[in-house]
Amino acid sequence: MSHPLLKLDHATIRFGGLTAVSKFNLEVQPCELIGLIGPNGAGKTTAFNMITGVYQATEGTIHLNGRSIAGVKPHDLTRQGIARTFQNIRLFGSLSVIDNVRAAMQLHCKHGISASLWRGARFKAHEKEVETRALELLDIFKLADTRDEEAKSLPYGDQRRLEIVRALATKPKLLLLDEPAAGMNPTEKEELMHLIRFIKDKFQIAVMLVEHDMTVVMGICERIAVLEYGIKIAEGTPQQIQRDPKVIAAYLGTETEKEVPIDA
Amino acid sequence: MDWLLQQLINGLALGSIYALIALGYTMVYGVLRFINFAHADVLMLGAYAAYFLAPAVNSVIPLPSLTGAVIVTLISVMICTGIGILIEFLAYRPLRKRPRLTVLITAIGVSLFIEFTCQHSAVFGADTKPFPQLLPEHDYHFGGLVVSSNDLVVVVTTLLLLAGLWFIVQRTKMGTAMRAVSHNQQAAALMGININRIISFTFGLGSALAAIAGILYAMKAPGIDPLMGVQPGLRAFIAAVLGGIGNLPGAALGGLILGLLETFAGGISGLSNYRDGIAFAILILILLFKPAGLLGKATVEKV
Amino acid sequence: MSSSSSYLTGAKRWMIAGIVLAVVVSMFSAQFNRYHLGIIVDIGINIILAVSLNLINGHTGQFSLGHAGFMAVGGYTAAKISLVVSPMLPPALQPLIFLVALIAGGLLAALAGFGVGVPSLRLKGDYLAIVTLGFGEIIRVIVQNMEAVGAASGLKGIPKYTTLGWTFGLAAVTIYFVTSLVNSTYGRGFIAVSDDEVAASSMGINPVRYKVTAFVTGAFFAGIAGGLYAHHKQFLSPTGFDFLKSIDIVVMVILGGMGRTAGVVVAAIILTLLPEVLRQFSEYRMIIYSLLIIVLMMARPQGLFTWNRKKGAA
Repeated sequence: MSHPLLKLDHATIRFGGLTAVSKFNLEVQPCELIGLIGPNGAGKTTAFNMITGVYQATEGTIHLNGRSIAGVKPHDLTRQGIARTFQNIRLFGSLSVIDNVRAAMQLHCKHGISASLWRGARFKAHEKEVETRALELLDIFKLADTRDEEAKSLPYGDQRRLEIVRALATKPKLLLLDEPAAGMNPTEKEELMHLIRFIKDKFQIAVMLVEHDMTVVMGICERIAVLEYGIKIAEGTPQQIQRDPKVIAAYLGTETEKEVPIDA
Repeated sequence: MDWLLQQLINGLALGSIYALIALGYTMVYGVLRFINFAHADVLMLGAYAAYFLAPAVNSVIPLPSLTGAVIVTLISVMICTGIGILIEFLAYRPLRKRPRLTVLITAIGVSLFIEFTCQHSAVFGADTKPFPQLLPEHDYHFGGLVVSSNDLVVVVTTLLLLAGLWFIVQRTKMGTAMRAVSHNQQAAALMGININRIISFTFGLGSALAAIAGILYAMKAPGIDPLMGVQPGLRAFIAAVLGGIGNLPGAALGGLILGLLETFAGGISGLSNYRDGIAFAILILILLFKPAGLLGKATVEKV
Repeated sequence: MSSSSSYLTGAKRWMIAGIVLAVVVSMFSAQFNRYHLGIIVDIGINIILAVSLNLINGHTGQFSLGHAGFMAVGGYTAAKISLVVSPMLPPALQPLIFLVALIAGGLLAALAGFGVGVPSLRLKGDYLAIVTLGFGEIIRVIVQNMEAVGAASGLKGIPKYTTLGWTFGLAAVTIYFVTSLVNSTYGRGFIAVSDDEVAASSMGINPVRYKVTAFVTGAFFAGIAGGLYAHHKQFLSPTGFDFLKSIDIVVMVILGGMGRTAGVVVAAIILTLLPEVLRQFSEYRMIIYSLLIIVLMMARPQGLFTWNRKKGAA
C-alpha cells in the first residue's frame, strides 16, 4: 500500500481559547504542487508550523510517509524530508549567502566534531563537495555571484530566493513555501513560478505553497486547499476553486451583506 | 512553636524589605524589558543619604523621633528618585532601541561604577559605618515572642506602600499609562502616551521604594557600606522572578516567600552557610520549571 | 578555494608552530623579569578564557555570565590532584602529572558545563544570563564550603608548574580547536543557532546538540585555564572566581567583537595589560573599568575589532 507523502487527519491546534486550525484534512502525494490559500489569519502559517513540528497538533494526526510526526522535533522532521521557508524572512543574518546554504547542508554531513578538528584529506574533499553543491543550487536561482555577501545585505527579493535555496539544500521530499512571492514585481513572480516548477521536476519534490498572489497560485498549483478561520472550506483544481462560491464569499464577502451608509 | 512564630515574624520583616526592592525590579522590567542591575545600588544610596542627612535634621528635630525619621526618609527618597531618573536618562535611554543584552551589560557597568565610586575614600569609603538611630526602638513581648518596633515599622510601612502603589497603578492615569507601556510600547505611544515620561516615572517610583527599603534595611543591619545593596538586591531580584517578573503582586509575594524561606533556612544550622546558594538554586529551579513565575503568564513566540 | 576556510589552510601548522614557539621561548624564561613573566602568563590564561567563552557567547549566542565557575572547577580539581599526587612521585614525572591534572580539571569543568548547558536550553537573553550567573555563584558557594579544598581560606602551596610554554602552547591548542570547530560545515550550525534558532532547527540543525557542545567545550577550556591559573598563582580562593571574574571575561569577549576569535585574543591581551598600564591610577582602576564597560556598550557594542560583520571567519 502506498501512502501519500503527507497526510493530515483532522489536525487541530488550539492556543488557549483560540482554535487556529480545526479538523484539517489534507493529503499530499509525492511531486505534487499544492497551494494553500485563504484570507489573512486563516491559519495557513499555523498549518505549516504544525507540519514542520514547530507546533504540536492538539488533536488529530499528521503522518509523513506513513509515520506519525507527533512529538518529533523540527530538526528531525527536516531529516525526514520536510523543509520550509518563512513568512517573515529568517535567514542567518550574520552568515554569508553561501554559508547560509552550507549551514543547511549540515544534516547530511557525515563528519562531525572530530573530523572538523583533524581536518584530514577526506574532510577537505567533503568540504569541497559541499561548496560545489551549494554553488550549483545558488546558480539555479541566479545568486551565485553574491556568494560571499552578508545575507542580510541582499535585496528583499534575493533574500526570499535565498531562503528557498537554503531549504532545498536540506534535500527535502516536501518543500513548504510561505508566501515566496511577497514583495516581488510581476517579472520576478513570473521567474519564481518557472523556478518552482523547475525545482519540482529536477529534484522530484512535492511543493506546498502558501500565497496571496492568485496569479502565482492559479498559475502553477495542481491542487488548491482553502482555509478560512482555520477550517478547510474547499479543495480542488484551480478552476474548481475559482468558481467555488464559498471561496468567493470568504475573500469578498457575500451579496447579502448590507452596505453601511456613511453619515454625512 | 514559639520558635516558629518568631521566625515567621522575622521572615515577614525581611520579606517586606525584599518585596519593596523587588517591586522596583519588576516595574522596570515591565516597561523596559531588562533587568536594572543598578537598582540594588539605589538602595545603598538611600541608606547613605539618610546617614548624611541625619545629623543635619537632628539639629532641627532631635532624633530618634517619628517626625525626624519621616523627614530624613522623605528627603532621601527625593534624592534617590532623582538619581534613578538620572541613571535612566544618561545610561538607558540612549540604548532604548538596542538589543536587550547591550542594556543588561550597561546596567552591570552602571552598578559597578556606582559601587566602586562609592568605595573610593573621597566618596563614602569602603568601610562599614554605623547607621544612626532614626526611630525610637522598643521591644514588644508577647509571651515568648519578641517583636521589635523596627520590624513592626517595616511591615506597616511596606503594607502602606503596597496599598499606595496599588492605588497608583490601578486608579491613576499615570499608573494606567505604565501598564499600557508594559504591554505594548508602540501602541501606547500611538495612543498619545509620552513614553519617556512614563519610563522616567517608573524609574523614579522604583527608586523611591528602593530608598525606603534601604533605610529600613539599614535600621536592622549592623552598619552600612557601599556594597550593602548587592545581597539584598540579588535576593529581591530572585523574588521578582519567583513571583513573575513584570507582575507587581508577584513581586510582593515573591519577596515575602523568599524572606520567609531564608529566615527559616538561616535558623537551621548547617544550612546557613549555603544561604547564597539556596537563593540561586531557587532562581534556577523557577526559571527551569516555571519561567513565568508564580503569578506570571507565559508568552508564546510567534513563528 | 572557499573564503571562510582559506584562513585555515595549514591551520594545524600554525598551531604546532605556536606550541613550538611557546616552548622555545619558555626555555629562556629564566632570563625574564619575574614580574613581567607573570603578566605574560596571565595574558595566556586570559586568552584561553576569552576564546573559550567566545564559543559560547559569541559563536553560539548563548549569553553566559558564569564562566568563572568553570574556571574554578578546573583550577581546584587540578590543584588538588597536584597537591595529593606529586609528593608521591619522582620529580621527573611532574610534567606528566601536570598534564593529567589539567586535563582532569578540564573534564570535570566540562561536566559542569554540561550541567549548566542542559537546563539552560530553553532560556534566552536576560534569563539565560541570570541562570548562568546563578550557576557560577552556586559553584563558588559549594567550593567555599568544601573543607577538602580549603573552604573560605583557600587552597595554598600549589606547586608552580605553569610556564610560558604550557600556557601559550595550550592557548594555541584552544584557538585552533575553537576556530576549526566553527569553520566547517558542522560548525556553521553554531552560528545558525545563534542567528535564528527556529530557522536553524527547520534546516535540520539540532539546537540542543550545538548549545550543549558549546557549553561543554567552552567549560573544558575554562577548566584548563583554571588549572594553569592555580599552578601559576599557587593559591586559590573562592572569591577569585566570583561574578566580577566572569564579567572580566565577558568584557573581553564583547570588546573583541563576539564571534571574532582574533579580536577576542587582542581584547584579552589589552584587558590584561590595562591594569598594569594604569598602575599609577590603581585606586581609580575599577571605576575606570566600569566606565569602560558603559562607554563600550554605548559607543561600540560590536567591539573594537569588528570592521566587516562576518562571523565564522576567524
